Amino acid sequence: MSDLKHFLQHQKTILETLYLIRDIEEGIAERYPQGKMRCPTHLSIGQEGVPAALAPLLKITDLAVSTHRAHAHYLAKGGCPKAMLAEIYGKATGCSGGRGGSMHLIDESVGFKGSTAIVGNTIPIGVGLALAQKIRQETNISVVFVGDGAIEEGVFYEAANFAALKQLPVLFVCENNLYSVYAPLSKRQPVGRKITDVVNGIGINTAIADGNNVVECYQVLSEQIQQIREGRGPRFIEFSTYRWREHCGPNYDNHIGYRTEEEYLAWKAKEPIARFEQWLADYQLMSPTDMAKIRQQIRHKINAAFEFAEVSEFPSADKLANTIYG
Amino acid sequence: MVNYMTDSIAEITFAQAINRALKDAMVEDDSVICYGLGADDPLRIFSTTKDLVELYPERVFDMPTSENGMTGVGIGAALNGLRPVMTHQRLDFFLLAMDQLVNAAAKWHFMFDAKSTVPIVIRLIIGRGWGQGPTHSQHLHAWFAHIPGLKVIIPTSVNDAYHLLKQSIKDNNPVVFIEHRWLHNQKGSIDTNHKSTLSQAAVVKQGTELTLVSSSYLTVEAIRACEFLEQHDVSVELIDLRTVNPIDWPTIYTSVAKTKRVLVIDAGARTGSISGEIVAQVSEMLFDQLLAAPARMAMPDIPEPTSYSLTKDFYFGAKEIVEKIMTMLGIDIDPTQVDSLNVQGHHDIPGEYFKGPF
Repeated sequence: MSDLKHFLQHQKTILETLYLIRDIEEGIAERYPQGKMRCPTHLSIGQEGVPAALAPLLKITDLAVSTHRAHAHYLAKGGCPKAMLAEIYGKATGCSGGRGGSMHLIDESVGFKGSTAIVGNTIPIGVGLALAQKIRQETNISVVFVGDGAIEEGVFYEAANFAALKQLPVLFVCENNLYSVYAPLSKRQPVGRKITDVVNGIGINTAIADGNNVVECYQVLSEQIQQIREGRGPRFIEFSTYRWREHCGPNYDNHIGYRTEEEYLAWKAKEPIARFEQWLADYQLMSPTDMAKIRQQIRHKINAAFEFAEVSEFPSADKLANTIYG
Repeated sequence: MVNYMTDSIAEITFAQAINRALKDAMVEDDSVICYGLGADDPLRIFSTTKDLVELYPERVFDMPTSENGMTGVGIGAALNGLRPVMTHQRLDFFLLAMDQLVNAAAKWHFMFDAKSTVPIVIRLIIGRGWGQGPTHSQHLHAWFAHIPGLKVIIPTSVNDAYHLLKQSIKDNNPVVFIEHRWLHNQKGSIDTNHKSTLSQAAVVKQGTELTLVSSSYLTVEAIRACEFLEQHDVSVELIDLRTVNPIDWPTIYTSVAKTKRVLVIDAGARTGSISGEIVAQVSEMLFDQLLAAPARMAMPDIPEPTSYSLTKDFYFGAKEIVEKIMTMLGIDIDPTQVDSLNVQGHHDIPGEYFKGPF
């Protein structure tokens, strides 16, 4: 690895982020049937690799926007786990005060500018964040998280074109999990055509990486982000990955007929966390005991966050009408 | 640099007032940016963006033909400290951007618990006549007014065009600022001491017998109607809405409580219109005090056609407003005098000077 020194500084952050995302999401899945999290919830289990690799590469002054499946992105950007869970529980202490739920997360203190529930909606908004950065001649960047489905939205082309035209400091992170709800890529995009070819055609340099290989993700992200910070314009990276559970909700749905158990198991065998743990152990960068210790600490933190969400008060409806305008 | 801020300015057009407001806003605040199709082209959006790119080359730019995407870009820029003003030469073009306007701009402040604001202004120009037809002439102010979180400004006078645009740019909320193309050449003055404020209707003329509520270009027709009626000893109070979200209810209620009659005129299609909303609210709030059923005149639920012959009787003007008020008050005025309110010359232009761009 070319930047091994940096990586060694970042490996702990990456591992912590992987654990944080996985275990918070598993915690949601486990508790969801209690009926206390009463909002549509899209879990990122299986897709932790990309955001975890990105976490140490972003500065607090960098900005990010995301989608309906935003928990992992919010957490990787440094978003407060307590405020996220409280939001999903609909509590006053939630990051959006109970107005947004799982799909509308924000933590301005760490530059997570918002996630929204309409596919493609935040793409131009992320580009607009970068326009302001460019006008102010900052070295900060804006990250736009998208899935493979968003590439089918017209607004993606509009926003990407403008980012290319103005050479804006935008990183498009495309997590291709092969499905838009239950529709596989083959029903939505011509077989054999690569997403990156389309994006190259717009005039944006692209890269691809195995989204479940955290080390590879880190290398590719590190290189591309460096180029963006040098003022060399937007970059687009497509990561292959896979969501383990249903599109929306806590359950497995491999039995309903849109994908196979075999496909799921094949992806599960390539899962990002175990692979990264193995890699750290193989290169003797961290002992399994230390890793277990880190995970234990993360789990304590997560349990405290669930406790916080559970005991927090519900918001009062009094203020609703007073916050239409700012 | 010229100090635009000191003196009142006499005899300028509505379009020049818009231009002046943009210039002043950009001088006063480095975070104001201005873009739209034609923002820096030879014609400068009916001259409303004249001189801006020369003053601020980094902050004024033409844009790709991407109405939805560029609305989102403006929202993102607004979330990151800028104050974008985006302009569309026809309101109808902006219909491509409803996701960004409704799902993002209008919701952001509320949806994220007031953690951030979206100070963006979207200027929309409504066309009329000269064959503008079904998709270049839509008066959709009621659509935008229906969305909580948006402010919708629809000025008539030169003074309001200047002050309300400047205040829209200073406002922390997404503002849809609607300019009627037929108002661009109206002359007037800017009174720096008489600032109009957002969310406040204007009582254009005091009166006692009936309240006439109007907005945008129709207020020009309403003024003609009121002047005619005054010559015939009929006293009408004229309210120019200026803002249709939020609507200034106190001004309307105060006036109607005094005159006991209300007529609302509206350039939007009748069904689901602002005029319908005002009639409904006045009926609910002041029913016992009314001497006549509240009434409205709006456009038929039919798109504007294109042909010169098909638009001949499509719009109503001062004459039809006067006739309606005569009916409501039960009075007679010599029909030949009422007919004198008919506009001479072509019906599909605001005046012979209007030779394009349209």
